[in-house]
Amino acid sequence: MKGSRVVAPEAAVKRRAIFPWRVRAEPRIADVPHWLPPLVSLGALLLALVLGGIVLAVVGGDPLQTYGHMVKAAFGDVGVLSDTLTKATPILLCGLSCSLAFRAKLWNIGAEGQFFLGAWAASAVVLWPVLPATTPRVLMLLAMALAGFLGGAMWGFVPGVLKAKLNVNEVLTTLMMNYIAISWNNYFIFAKWSELGFQMSPKFPTSAWLPRLADYAQQVPLFAGLTTHLGLLVGLVAAGILWWVMYRSKWGFEIHLTGDNPKAARYAGINIARNTILVMMLSGGLAGLAGMSEISGVVHRLQGAISPGYGFTGIIVAWLAKLNPLAVVPVSILFGALILAGREIQPSGIAKLLQGIILFCLISSEVLLRYRIRVVQVQRG
Amino acid sequence: MSEATPAVEMRGIVMRFPGVLANDHVDFDLHAGEIHALLGENGAGKSTLMNVLAGMYRPESGTIRVHGRPADLRSPRDAIKCGIGMVHQHFMLVPSQTVTENILLGLDEPRFRMRLSYYEGRVAQLAQDFGLHVDPHCKVWQLSVGEQQRVEILKMLYRGANILIMDEPTAVLAPQEIEDLFRTLRGMVAEGKSIVFISHKLGEVMQIADRVTVLRKGRVTAAGLRPADTSPVEMARLMVGRTVLFRVEKEPQPPGEVVLAVENVSALNDRGLPALRSISFQVRAGEILGVAGVAGNGQPELAEVITGLRRCSTGQVLVQGKVISNHPARIAIDGGVGHIPEDRREVGTAPNLSITNNLILKSYRKAPIGKGLSIDQAKAEQYASGLKAQYEIVAPSVGTAVRFLSGGNLQRVILAREISEGPGLMIAMQPTRGLDVGAIEGVQRMLLELRRAGTAVLLVSEELDEITCMSDRVVVIYEGQIVGEIPGDACDAERDRIGLMMTGQHRDGAAQPGQQENEGEQSGGA
Repeated sequence: MKGSRVVAPEAAVKRRAIFPWRVRAEPRIADVPHWLPPLVSLGALLLALVLGGIVLAVVGGDPLQTYGHMVKAAFGDVGVLSDTLTKATPILLCGLSCSLAFRAKLWNIGAEGQFFLGAWAASAVVLWPVLPATTPRVLMLLAMALAGFLGGAMWGFVPGVLKAKLNVNEVLTTLMMNYIAISWNNYFIFAKWSELGFQMSPKFPTSAWLPRLADYAQQVPLFAGLTTHLGLLVGLVAAGILWWVMYRSKWGFEIHLTGDNPKAARYAGINIARNTILVMMLSGGLAGLAGMSEISGVVHRLQGAISPGYGFTGIIVAWLAKLNPLAVVPVSILFGALILAGREIQPSGIAKLLQGIILFCLISSEVLLRYRIRVVQVQRG
Repeated sequence: MSEATPAVEMRGIVMRFPGVLANDHVDFDLHAGEIHALLGENGAGKSTLMNVLAGMYRPESGTIRVHGRPADLRSPRDAIKCGIGMVHQHFMLVPSQTVTENILLGLDEPRFRMRLSYYEGRVAQLAQDFGLHVDPHCKVWQLSVGEQQRVEILKMLYRGANILIMDEPTAVLAPQEIEDLFRTLRGMVAEGKSIVFISHKLGEVMQIADRVTVLRKGRVTAAGLRPADTSPVEMARLMVGRTVLFRVEKEPQPPGEVVLAVENVSALNDRGLPALRSISFQVRAGEILGVAGVAGNGQPELAEVITGLRRCSTGQVLVQGKVISNHPARIAIDGGVGHIPEDRREVGTAPNLSITNNLILKSYRKAPIGKGLSIDQAKAEQYASGLKAQYEIVAPSVGTAVRFLSGGNLQRVILAREISEGPGLMIAMQPTRGLDVGAIEGVQRMLLELRRAGTAVLLVSEELDEITCMSDRVVVIYEGQIVGEIPGDACDAERDRIGLMMTGQHRDGAAQPGQQENEGEQSGGA
């Protein structure tokens, strides 16, 4: 026994430290203080602006001037502020759609397709026509909203059932159904409802238009020319209701639990399959409502280019808002502003690039909430 | 004993995990050309010791010699260089790749061009030499579990292993596959390989091993026994031990009405194999029925059938006269069935949810916490704070996410939730596993408190000490069947018989000769 070598612990391993300091990430073993998450998010946003500024400087722009211009282009006066809010409306509804699904850990990346189906179903009310053009405005709009919601919900139902009953990956099904939705839409605008061979439907009768602020310019002169429409209010109300559902209702508790630990949810007697389908339908319905609000409030006809990717932006917005419906509101306004300001900036990719950098920074900053970063001195053997 | 140099000599191995001394100065010898069984209960330190030999863990102290030469095993790669290969309980294979690709994975050769057909030939040759029948160009996902195990063995043989460690190899196999495995192992020994066979199944060990080393709570209780020189009774005692550490006070109390009736229940496990075979028993109010058995004999499936989480293929489960089997889990919960799950973190709690939310996991549906469609947050927090104080859950606040809690505290959260519901029936699965002594006593006292309050308790545990001191009656489960029933007060006297039943050596009613007392424990080798 004496002759044999004792296996010594790690201390025997001598390694020369090149740099005397090491950064070490230790998992947090206690609760994160309440003030930390917002602070980290704000820090990440600032860092993103700095990084974006560097890119701007490299391509030869003046970062401060550019940012200043962008802020002015999005929030400079009542007119552009109204445009920003108009842009923010579909993003808001799509962001809510994704927040709900993601809370249940259902990766619905099909808000784009659900948006298109919602737009199509709402248009069908007018163009099929389900209701004549002379229908009273309130009835017409309610019917369109219902149709839009159901259209989106149907597009969420299919992946929901496949997931619940056959455990088919919802990422793939929702993504693929986006393409189906867009092509479905194209078929109608190219063939069925095409106006004079153009790839768009005829303009809706005014009974199918969501009221805008500009409609009330006679009563309130300040509203003249403002594009913000009733869809924004719908979005804000939806955000409030969804917050209550997600944070205060029994069903929201079930969804949160299922998302965090499906096995524990099953053990607690929760019907996971039913909830999966319901969440996907409600999520799809919200995105469908976004589609209805966009064609009825802004475009006033069905056409191909009704979304510059609102459904996908919704994914980002939901993440940035940490899936909190109330936080989705300011985040979607920020993204509405970025889209609007992006039109003022050349090259036009800058706004998208900034979006990407912001997302990257915010998601990376999650690490700070999970780990405590320590700088430690390396001890020399 | 053989005069030749042993294939492996391990001396004074000490291995410590946070809070656990897994190996306490363990000595172990493996002779060349033998099958050496390492026997012990769960958590006795068998796998830890062999993981040290396979280079997975570095021991705190101790020496290892392989074929007489000191070996410093820092990684599995070092171990395989010394000819030591381990086949783990959970296979480490890539399902979408072929057998040959899996075997070649991580090797230096082939370098770039795969030349699969050439290597397939080599693998096929190796398989034939050792009687390990498996098609080299089959994808792994197409193989049965037994075949996958053969691939793992081939992987080690291909890497030149002549010392093979099998970690509970029979746990996942069907009886026929076990026979095949044993034939293969004997063939490999005949070819000059040495094998360590880790198991807690006495019968298999008696059947296959040339020598046996028994571990209990990290220490060797018998080294290098020959099965012929000993008896199953003796081995069961060495493995389970006789000392009862402490006793909780239990007052005698007559049982009441039948609360749980399990009638001819059969069920399949997740892999679709029979886990329960026509089980019947009853538990009465104010009675603790202990289910003794070695892991993997159908205990989790039994608990899941009773709590509505698993369907049964035959029979039915009645709670207070109402059928709850093959209904949604909600029916069992509403029928007053409390359930302390075996896996606290995976099943019993949601890690990122707060203590409050974990405490209302089931009661959120009912008043006063559930109110219409909503949850009354104030009531929920009040309820949680009350339970936190009552059950001494140590945490900064009820808003703390439970992933930050220790095992004992987590178990208190689960107990608080399940007991406060006032269950008529409590299914307690391994309620004290992994807890320290103080926490164990606390949990046991709570279960006895339930019994006093008239709850029927089904206690499933692999700790025989716990079963015998807590239960009013004990049934032994083996391979999904109840193989015997012993009254609680007779448990101490019948300990050896229980041990034999747990390992499938004895059945109630069947005459079993050779129950003579075998005194003279052998202890600590070398």
